[in-house]
Amino acid sequence: MEINPRKCVACGNCTYVCPMNAISIDPVSRRATINRDECVECYACYNGMSQEHLNPTLVRGIRKLFQLARVRFDPEPDVCPTAAFEPDQLTWPRSVRRAFSDPRVPHESTGVEGRGTEEVKTNDVTGRIGEGEAGITIEFGRPGVGVRMREVQVMCHELARAGVGFEKKNPVTSLMSDVESGTIREDVLNEKVLSAIVEIKVRAEQVEEILRLTEKVRKQIKTVISVGVGARCDADGQDRIVGPILERLGQDLVRAKTNLGLGRPVAVAAPLRTLVRQ
Amino acid sequence: MTNTLHRYGDAASFHDDFIFIAIPSRGRNDQDCVPKLQQFLRMALSFGPVNLGDARHGGALQPSKSMNPLCHWNRDNQLNFESVISGIAAPATVAAVFDDAVKAENFAKAVVEADLGLSVNISTSIEGAEDCCEAAAICRHSVGYSLGFMDNGDQLPSRDLLQISTMCGHGMISNSLTRKMIDWVKEGRRTPDEAACYLQRFCSCGIFNPSRASRLIASAARGAR
Repeated sequence: MEINPRKCVACGNCTYVCPMNAISIDPVSRRATINRDECVECYACYNGMSQEHLNPTLVRGIRKLFQLARVRFDPEPDVCPTAAFEPDQLTWPRSVRRAFSDPRVPHESTGVEGRGTEEVKTNDVTGRIGEGEAGITIEFGRPGVGVRMREVQVMCHELARAGVGFEKKNPVTSLMSDVESGTIREDVLNEKVLSAIVEIKVRAEQVEEILRLTEKVRKQIKTVISVGVGARCDADGQDRIVGPILERLGQDLVRAKTNLGLGRPVAVAAPLRTLVRQ
Repeated sequence: MTNTLHRYGDAASFHDDFIFIAIPSRGRNDQDCVPKLQQFLRMALSFGPVNLGDARHGGALQPSKSMNPLCHWNRDNQLNFESVISGIAAPATVAAVFDDAVKAENFAKAVVEADLGLSVNISTSIEGAEDCCEAAAICRHSVGYSLGFMDNGDQLPSRDLLQISTMCGHGMISNSLTRKMIDWVKEGRRTPDEAACYLQRFCSCGIFNPSRASRLIASAARGAR
């Protein structure tokens, strides 16, 4: 993302809307500038702010008059008065930032928008997590901190050492040069993204080990981690395996995403051989 | 996408937060699913949602790319549900947000009866979702628990801010803007409802709950805990 200096009037509205705090007003040029290293290309500034198309010279003049008179105009806080934001053409590896940060862009690896994962949300269709298993999502960087892929790799290495397999249809896995060891491609390691989610599936009895490992790695990296644990319920709709393990580990289970089990794959025509047998 | 899972708050704070998500699974049931997604949202309309959303195009209140300068004095904060529904053009995750348990339970019943064949998830407190399942006479298939945030203690903002900003689970609502909105309400420059609308426009998939946000902003502005 770029801010056109010919249009920017330094109103400062955009400095508040950036989730990474990467925009500030340059005191010398009196224009909003983006810290390119901290910007994660989430497009919150471009997509989230409304735009006016006012004349920049006129707006600067009015602002200067108001400033001299110490009068405060009270404009809408989510508007760029001169439509100064201009998306630039992202090339590899910087394009990784947008793929992991702008939720409107579907991940190429999964085709899913948002963070690119389906987790247990489609478990009724995919059957990915069975009874006695746990699907664990370890998300880095959110809310409002961000993460370098290098830090994600620290966790991936530890998980791989613990013998855990990574979900194949996952954007982070798709960036790995060696899935067995959890190694991420060298050329993207310094890229900063708003959020990256590592997905794994383990047996329920491994949940404790993974959570302890996550806690250990958290202390080594400079970002926020949020963990989700998915479980298949039994025929009565109860989770009698994973939930009790989490409670025993001292987790205060408050919020959850509950799959109602209404999904099903689209019926495909039965093969002729099957029909004949029937 | 864990965009609603890690909303911050205790169970009581989710009494007015129920998100229903319909999601097709790529390659398994996403063929010709657009009419079903539209039907899901249209059904929600009759139960009084506070927001509808499509992960590709956003929610019922969106920013304008060509705003009239007079809008500073007369901003249109009307939710446009119809544009969300008609805007679905390809398989996507769609969501309906309710701020009332009874509405949510009734919608759950309607969704089960409609039998669209798409995966439907409820994101709220564990008890709230169980009540919806009971009302709809259906057993839970799977459950994804949030274990919350792990932080070294110096990176996350205050609870007041987190409760509001995490309502966009994609992180599009900045903590700075949320802080600013609380301050503006504190100074009497905007109402809590207006402040919630500013934040809502940044949510890119329509799962933001403006009703809960307004309540939390008002509470934070009063300094209440």
